[in-house]
Amino acid sequence: MEAATATTARHVSDSMPARAWAWLRRNALMIFAGLAVVYMLVPILVIGLFSFEKGNDQGELDFAWDGFSIEYWTDAFGQTAVNDSMITSLELAALTMVVATVIGTLMAMALVRYQFFGRRATNLLIILPMATPEIVIGAALLSLFISYNFELGFTSLFIAHVMFCISFVVVVVRSRLIGFDRSIEEAAADLGAKPLTTFRLITLPLLAPGIMAAALLAFALSLDDFVISNFNSGTTVTFPLYIFGASLRGIPVQVNVLATMLFAVTVLAIVLVLWQQRKAEQMAAVRPDPEV
Amino acid sequence: MARTKAGNSEDPNPSVELRDVTKRFGDFTAVDDLTLAIGEGEFFTMLGPSGCGKTTTLRMVAGFEEATEGQVLIDGADVVGLPPYKRPTNTVFQSYALFPHMNVADNVAFGLKRKGVDKKEIERRVGEELERVGLAREANRRPAQLSGGMQQRVALARALVNLPKVLLLDEPLGALDLKLRKGLQVQLKRIQREVGITFVYVTHDQEEALTMSDRIAVMNQGRIEQVADPEQVYDRPASTFVAGFIGVSNLMPGTVRKSGASGEVELDSGAKIKAKVGGFSVGERLNAVVRPEKLDVDAGGPGDPVVEGLVESSLYLGTATQLIVKLPDDVRMTVLVPNADEAQRQRLPGGGAKVKLSWAPEHMHVVRESAEPTSSNDKEEAT
Repeated sequence: MEAATATTARHVSDSMPARAWAWLRRNALMIFAGLAVVYMLVPILVIGLFSFEKGNDQGELDFAWDGFSIEYWTDAFGQTAVNDSMITSLELAALTMVVATVIGTLMAMALVRYQFFGRRATNLLIILPMATPEIVIGAALLSLFISYNFELGFTSLFIAHVMFCISFVVVVVRSRLIGFDRSIEEAAADLGAKPLTTFRLITLPLLAPGIMAAALLAFALSLDDFVISNFNSGTTVTFPLYIFGASLRGIPVQVNVLATMLFAVTVLAIVLVLWQQRKAEQMAAVRPDPEV
Repeated sequence: MARTKAGNSEDPNPSVELRDVTKRFGDFTAVDDLTLAIGEGEFFTMLGPSGCGKTTTLRMVAGFEEATEGQVLIDGADVVGLPPYKRPTNTVFQSYALFPHMNVADNVAFGLKRKGVDKKEIERRVGEELERVGLAREANRRPAQLSGGMQQRVALARALVNLPKVLLLDEPLGALDLKLRKGLQVQLKRIQREVGITFVYVTHDQEEALTMSDRIAVMNQGRIEQVADPEQVYDRPASTFVAGFIGVSNLMPGTVRKSGASGEVELDSGAKIKAKVGGFSVGERLNAVVRPEKLDVDAGGPGDPVVEGLVESSLYLGTATQLIVKLPDDVRMTVLVPNADEAQRQRLPGGGAKVKLSWAPEHMHVVRESAEPTSSNDKEEAT
């Protein structure tokens, strides 16, 4: 069959349209992939672009190109409301990241390494928060907080964010643990390392790439969350909540500047994680081929 | 039965001792009432097919598994209940289990650091050990940058540097190719003689066991079938299983007609032969075992036992010619004739020819039929 196509291709190679058609057929998938990438990236580019926009007289976005300006980059932190919401979001995300990663990692270890009653059920239940619509989780949390007379604010946001981040952490760390060669830990014990020493010197360093990835994911999820936060924020304003509120009046151009900065940091983090993962994969290659 | 043979090490102070050890995983009995004594400085091999319990036994000595019943003693001290990091043993794993995030020197130093050995001393001993296994120049490389054979030697150095009372090796050469394996077998044996540490070696490779061991325990279904030196295991297998597992064996089933030291056995193929059947009673079933290289073709001495059969195939193997001869009871005999003399090789009967196979009486050995079906030479090992 391959030979047949080859002959046909050679046969029609002299006519121009046929040649173009053949080229298109060869590269269709690449073109398609390229278009998909453009589709994904255009909105982000627009944000970056409009961070250099002049804005209207109030320094707000009017989504019309009034001219190039770097004035908002030099005055990136000139809007107190934008700054405050950003700081709140970063604090919340950092705290959520630490707590969700610790809980999720320990949970993943329990689920992979120990047999206990309800293990299978837990494995199933852990996916539920990821599958449940955010609006449902948000509403459920709100009614929970209200029924316990819990004051809405930073703490309630923190509890909510940790809650929906744990699942993601568990799933990421678990996949790393499943491929973990237990005999490496046995070797450490065999060489005289007590369980805690083994965990500190062997298990943790080898899991680090997975834990890092999970932590960054948790950070990003928390930073980005709007729906659940909107239910449980009380008077606390996170960055997404601020933008949503501002979009009803007028968004300061600084929002675009900060968003672009955030994007750059995120890309950097992702590159870091990928690099870490590659290193980890190289290390994993130590294990001999199971095929004898 | 075979158990009476176990634990008869001449060493009055065995290095490792197992007393009536049983290990069950749920309903499955991996190791069944095992008793064994391994002498100081001995190269002891546990040999058997996959799932025979040899690795489980090793892991009970190392402390990774706890015996369900029975006692495990190392240097006379009961170690049951002691975690691996408190036992005077070190292990070389089949998967090497090197620490991928540490370089070779740090891998080897790991055990000494845990013991709190002086830094200078660690450096010296690690250097010496790497020298011994020929990896001094690789000290700063990561395990992933080394070949399989090198990684295996790092694993060996990492264990040996601690000077354990007992070194446990779990199919350490299993993942390597044949040529490398042969080279490392020689190295391992040399190192063992040098350091004088007790080696307990687990393998499913009978050739490996025969070449390296002082003694071999042949295991099957959680039990020991025979413990003896390589010559004995090969020439005087204690059971049908051992005869079948070690090398190629010819098993001729028969019935005891007259018991005693000068008894008589009637083989199913029809021949009546003289045999030492001291422990057997008249009418009992047994297998007569003769190794392929001990069989003569149409050339027995007077009074040698003889069976007749038809040549099924003849295969030139280079150093020898292999004949497959079918006896009247459909038992197939493998015969190896060394290709020492070209003229003699030309005279060997071809396919379809009728031949007489004979052997010197001392080369025949009788074994009871094993209770369990004889496993084929299973080369797979599940871990």
